[in-house]
Amino acid sequence: MNALRSLFFGLLAPVIAVAIAVVATSVVIIASGSDSGVGSFWSIMLAVPQDRILVNIVNQSSMIYLSAVAVAIGFRMNLFNIGVEGQYLVASYAAATFVGAALLPGFVNIVLGLVIAIAVGAAWAGIAGLLKTYRGVSEVISTIMLNAIAGIVVSYFLDKYGVHGGNQVNTATAPESSWVPGWTPFTSADGAIWSLDLLAVLVGVGFWVLLSRTRLGFDLRATGASTTAAVASGVSVERMTLVAMLLSGGVAGLIWMPAYFGSAHVYGTTFQAGLGFTGIAVALLGRNQPLGMVFGALLFAFLSAQSNSLTLQTDISSSVVQITQGVAVLAVVVAYELVRRSRSRVEQRAVARATAPVNQEVAA
Amino acid sequence: MSPQQTVAEAAPEVRLSGIGKRFPGVVANHDVDVLIRPGTVHALVGENGAGKSTLMKILYGVQKPDDGTIEIGGEARRFSSPSDAISVGIGMVFQHFMLADNLTALENVVLGAEKLHGIRGAARREFEAISERYGFGLRPDVLVEKLGVADRQRLEILKVLYRGAKVIILDEPTAVLVPQEVEALFRNLSDLRAHGHSLLFISHKLDEVLAIADDITIMRRGTTVGTAVPAETTKRELAELMVGSELPSPGTGESTVTDVVQLRLEGLGLEEDGRAVLSGIDLTIHRGEVLGLAGVEGNGQAELVETIMGMRKATAGRIVLGTEDITGWTTRERRESGIGYIPEDRHRHGLLLDSPLWENRILGHQGERPNSRGPWIDREGARSDTRAIVEEFDVRTPGIDTAARALSGGNQQKLIIGRELRGEPVLLIAAHPTRGVDVGAQAAIWGHLSAARAAGLAVLLISADLDELIGLSDRIDVILRGRLVGEFDPSEVTPRDLGAAMTGGDQ
Repeated sequence: MNALRSLFFGLLAPVIAVAIAVVATSVVIIASGSDSGVGSFWSIMLAVPQDRILVNIVNQSSMIYLSAVAVAIGFRMNLFNIGVEGQYLVASYAAATFVGAALLPGFVNIVLGLVIAIAVGAAWAGIAGLLKTYRGVSEVISTIMLNAIAGIVVSYFLDKYGVHGGNQVNTATAPESSWVPGWTPFTSADGAIWSLDLLAVLVGVGFWVLLSRTRLGFDLRATGASTTAAVASGVSVERMTLVAMLLSGGVAGLIWMPAYFGSAHVYGTTFQAGLGFTGIAVALLGRNQPLGMVFGALLFAFLSAQSNSLTLQTDISSSVVQITQGVAVLAVVVAYELVRRSRSRVEQRAVARATAPVNQEVAA
Repeated sequence: MSPQQTVAEAAPEVRLSGIGKRFPGVVANHDVDVLIRPGTVHALVGENGAGKSTLMKILYGVQKPDDGTIEIGGEARRFSSPSDAISVGIGMVFQHFMLADNLTALENVVLGAEKLHGIRGAARREFEAISERYGFGLRPDVLVEKLGVADRQRLEILKVLYRGAKVIILDEPTAVLVPQEVEALFRNLSDLRAHGHSLLFISHKLDEVLAIADDITIMRRGTTVGTAVPAETTKRELAELMVGSELPSPGTGESTVTDVVQLRLEGLGLEEDGRAVLSGIDLTIHRGEVLGLAGVEGNGQAELVETIMGMRKATAGRIVLGTEDITGWTTRERRESGIGYIPEDRHRHGLLLDSPLWENRILGHQGERPNSRGPWIDREGARSDTRAIVEEFDVRTPGIDTAARALSGGNQQKLIIGRELRGEPVLLIAAHPTRGVDVGAQAAIWGHLSAARAAGLAVLLISADLDELIGLSDRIDVILRGRLVGEFDPSEVTPRDLGAAMTGGDQ
């Protein structure tokens, strides 16, 4: 009963949000005067994905999920790490440079490459953590600035030390022994589901365990729920800020690793930017919950992947799905607040029922 | 006592009839009838949670009633915001002052009412005229941060008079004052009444009500349960109407004080922003002893508590718990070494309001059994222990998965007290343990504190309720401007003596 109710309340907000997003998208398509019409838009978007697109959805949602977890670690203690974008950029470049140098044999190279990605991501986020702890600099400002700095620093190093070929620059290609290809469910033309997508599963489970089963996770959530109460309970907010930033950056460092080891093998033109910002949206959509963000990541990956067919078959731009995504995030924030209020009303009534005895006597 | 009217335009009659207000799950007000005669002090008495605050918010236009009518001077009114109430001459002085510290007294008064008398000469003349007329003795150019509590309160009253209020609501105006200041306030209120103003005086201190009011309305459980005039009633009758049963009183019985020192502060000092908040605090608390700390709020009690808890770092002196010097310890280390903490503001420092009760049981005791094992949270352990607390401390809740926010103040407090006593602490810091708690919960909390004391607990008790302090303490120290200025034996001291010491004794 209780579990059913909490499941109902848990699903209510996202369902409402997605419904609103669908309506808003349809309105935009109608208003913009498409010849193909709303019907064809939704029939393409909701079609059973082709094999190629299915593979793409799995790979993309894994990376988006990693990004969302990185953001959520900060969000859970009211720390707005907007810098996941810069953190995984720096981490991806560093890892790709190290792996490409092929200093070590295959498997060790892979493991160390991942460790370097985590360490560099954490270090980049740690700068913002230190600034906040020791100088009171808002992490929102510092991480946004670090995003810009990350782009400049990486371009500089890539240009200086990268491998120039034609009009593009890449890091040295990873030795074939350090590739982690994956599993090809369909034909090889449809691509492979990268093995390192499993990192998303590991990180998701780890995040859940951290939050609900450990003292560190309790302190993290307590700090997010009420900093003053957390301090009174003995949490050192400075330390938690630093720990959360390092964890967040560490996970951020892993975001692009499935793609790197799975198919790219170089850092350069193949690098997929923007996942750090998608992660913020998905963390909001999934309410920073380990499971909620799985659905959020799948939804975002699904919409983006399906929208590729739009340009071929209709006159509707594939960017329309960004409206769907954006509205969904906006609507979910509002819907969660409304659901939270109605839930707390239900709860207060339950308390009133349980605690008020029947004697509502009228005094003279 | 008949109302005198020396000013032509008297206050209008205010009549509230059948007022009802429902919040989700609670009926805050129902069938409330109040009649405020022009030019009188009308006292509204009732326990915390009796619905007084809701009622005055309705009268001041902060909240709209679901039922009933408000008549001002015989005309039915509907207020959709406080500005509607102000426009018909109703003003309100909140318990927590709404003043900007870094502005002058005049600027605070003019702020938001610039249209009335401008912001310059005319405004200043009006300010001075009001201050003169009612003997407030306020200077327009002094910074509010330099004003004491009583002056700030007078400034708040001046502020509403400036806006033309004839009916002034005062929400527990004496809660922040010491007895001597209360007398001064009452002189001001009499002056206001003499000039034809009506005053709605909200309080639960019956002595004061009997001293100042012309009429009394008593509220209980959200409704008005009776009216009285001071000449024909007694404190006991009022109290019984308020609580519907006899008032409990604090008392600890036999002394259980041992000669084992549990907490010793040596020359403790705290300096913040170049200002000495605490200086030269020396005190000891023995096992089985309750040390009461009396003081007007804002004289360093909150800072002392937070320094002992490690939330602020002492800048001088030592804190010794048992035999260990804990001056440099973190809050967590202190809590784990057995200091229990009942914070002054349970919403800010004691609870995670949106978390379930069992998680709140863990808060502050993250590293202790049965809440955790090593780095892991022991959910089952914490949950079953929460059930035990709910049972033993009579926390009224449908279950341990209920969010703390949904509970009433008294039940939240019982949960906190249960949690803090559960781990068998050696020292308990209890700041205003029964503030905002109903009479039933209050008696229960007193009982738990006495029992823990008998079992050898050392308690530092801070309270603004001098009766509570005298009733529960084995010794009382008085704090004034961050220093301990006197020690009293509760069996001999009266609230008046304490009041004198709390203000420096010379007023």
